[in-house]
Amino acid sequence: MSTPRGQLERDNKRLTGRLALMALGSFAFGFALVPLYDVLCAVTGFGDQKALARAAEVAPQAADESRTVTVEFVADLPNVGSWEFRPVIASMQVHPGKLYETEFVAKNLTGHDTVAQAVPSVAPGNVAGYFHKTECFCFTPQKFAKDEERVLPVRFIVDRALPRHLDRITLAYTFYDQSIRVGQR
Amino acid sequence: MATHAHAAAHDDHDHKPHGWRRWVFSTNHKDIGTMYLVFACTMFFVGGTMALIIRAELFQPGLQFVDPQFFNSMTAMHALVMIFGAIMPAWVGLANWMIPIQIGAPDMALPRLNNLSFWILPFAFLILLGTLFVPGGAPAGGWTMYPPLALQGGDSFPMMIFAIHLRGISSVLGAINVVVTIMNMRAPGMNLLKMPMFVWTWLITAYLLVAVMPVLAGAVTMLLTDHFFGTSFFAASGGGDPVMFQHIFWFFGHPEVYIMILPAFGIVSEIIPTFSRKPLFGYESMVYATAAIGFLSFIVWAHHMFTVGMPLAGQLFFMLATMLISVPTGVKVFNWCATMTRGSLSFEPPMLFALAFLFLFTIGGFSGLMLAIVPADFQYQDSYFVVAHFHYVLVPGSLFAIIGAVYYWLPKWVGRMYDQKLATWHFWLSAIFVNVLFFPQHFLGLAGMPRRIPDYATQFADWNMVSSIGAFGFGFSQLLLPYIIIKCVKSGAKAADRTWDGAHGLEWELPSPAPFHSWESPPSAAVIARGAEH
Repeated sequence: MSTPRGQLERDNKRLTGRLALMALGSFAFGFALVPLYDVLCAVTGFGDQKALARAAEVAPQAADESRTVTVEFVADLPNVGSWEFRPVIASMQVHPGKLYETEFVAKNLTGHDTVAQAVPSVAPGNVAGYFHKTECFCFTPQKFAKDEERVLPVRFIVDRALPRHLDRITLAYTFYDQSIRVGQR
Repeated sequence: MATHAHAAAHDDHDHKPHGWRRWVFSTNHKDIGTMYLVFACTMFFVGGTMALIIRAELFQPGLQFVDPQFFNSMTAMHALVMIFGAIMPAWVGLANWMIPIQIGAPDMALPRLNNLSFWILPFAFLILLGTLFVPGGAPAGGWTMYPPLALQGGDSFPMMIFAIHLRGISSVLGAINVVVTIMNMRAPGMNLLKMPMFVWTWLITAYLLVAVMPVLAGAVTMLLTDHFFGTSFFAASGGGDPVMFQHIFWFFGHPEVYIMILPAFGIVSEIIPTFSRKPLFGYESMVYATAAIGFLSFIVWAHHMFTVGMPLAGQLFFMLATMLISVPTGVKVFNWCATMTRGSLSFEPPMLFALAFLFLFTIGGFSGLMLAIVPADFQYQDSYFVVAHFHYVLVPGSLFAIIGAVYYWLPKWVGRMYDQKLATWHFWLSAIFVNVLFFPQHFLGLAGMPRRIPDYATQFADWNMVSSIGAFGFGFSQLLLPYIIIKCVKSGAKAADRTWDGAHGLEWELPSPAPFHSWESPPSAAVIARGAEH
């Protein structure tokens, strides 16, 4: 306003500095959204990747024989041709609280020794908190020799606390070749 | 460019550099504003050509003119060019020209930074448009750049990211300049609640820009490191989540929508009172409504991505927050209507564009309200209904407001009056064809036609043909705008200082054309009082 020139220039510099800090803060905030996103997933249990990709520790539960839930298995590949990947059975009828085991089959067609990692996902997203895997080939990277075919086991329990309106769960794996990623490290 | 040759002739003590140095080294807010506007107009026709390629291909079912990959490039590039190259620079150009003279300041607060923010732009768009010529073609994964599709763009991918970075820096610098100018450079007596609405809306827009453009910069940086440096922010194979990109992108993207429309609210709030010969109804409620819209824009982003799967509580929150925005927006629409009530209305070209804005933007607002309803959105998602919605708010919304602003202030800029009859023709052709172009897209979307496809089922043929006819009519009508401006600059009749008899504001206290240097000593209290009658 009606301030002398030097004063005005100081004011302009100060406000410019503050706004530049605000812009830098926004840039940092964009990155801060990454851990915030994980925290939100962990709190709500919604599509929580961290929980899906590690072994669950479940207290033993009595099987709830009164309920039957269909669990479907889906195998997916990010691109065609270099792997064969499929579930041994397409779906299972399970009782909540009881431990089950099923298998997937993977074959390395890349023509060389490599490492691959399966990334799990369950649908609908809000059952992530009720679907416990006690053992899964997805927890660690899997080494495959050239042309090797292997059977990969999964053991899981559907929680008894699963909301009653849910009667169908899809467990899907995408099998990623990790050789590039591992090679870089 | 001849604009300023005239400005010089009228003001003796103006001394300014001549030739190319005047433009390349310019620190004058009016020259920089002109450069922004010329740049925006150029990009508008580049983006418009892309739109016509899209509409030509969609004129009939089947593939006639372009291959699907190039078609997808056109949809992505049309959006990037129009949003970042046409609409946003046009607003910054108008801000440069008008804010200092509306608040009684001699220039922008940071003139050198102003030069830098403009001159980054041509290079950013040289890089972006350069992608059309690299192997693999221009970005074809949509302007939203969702991974993993965006990462498969070949050579165009890093170029697009670099162009966005540059463009973002330009925006943030421009926004900082606007805030500092408004906060520190106002004439004595011009307190915040005396400022014209255009200045107010730009102040809030500038804060939105500073808050969200860096978030976009962060998101595209993550894309870049995912692709080239082995990070996995969005790569599922390394524990990342592609859906997270959508969250970060739309945290920028929704405020960005308001960045493109808030200054339009300001323009309409200047034009309607002038041609109603009445002060703006509810000035303070306009200011608070603008601020409320700015705030709400930060908490509604997930309505762009309802179908990715989110908890019910999330869907409800984002649905209700989105609907809440219609309250302050409604306040504005009713205020404009109340301003016109019992006014002495006249229908010069700026008023015609402002009235079309009022009707057609409101239609876009209503279809937005429909899209906010979660169960309905599951049906409308990624259909032509969405295309119709955002084009209604952007074309007869933002674009009409920009054209209205040009017709409102052009006599002040060049000191000459344009051909009002031709401008009225421009209006009627635009207003009719824009509806022929976009209204049928509502029907297409409701009938299930998806967006971003080069070919479609035959049941969509008729409305697509109508829409394409509208597109060509609208596109070619826009050629009138540069013609009218050039004709005005070259041979318009001398314009009065107060061009419009109902106009208030400090810009009308200056001679026409506005001298190269204006308000070197601040306007007196009496002048401000006369100017600030809202």
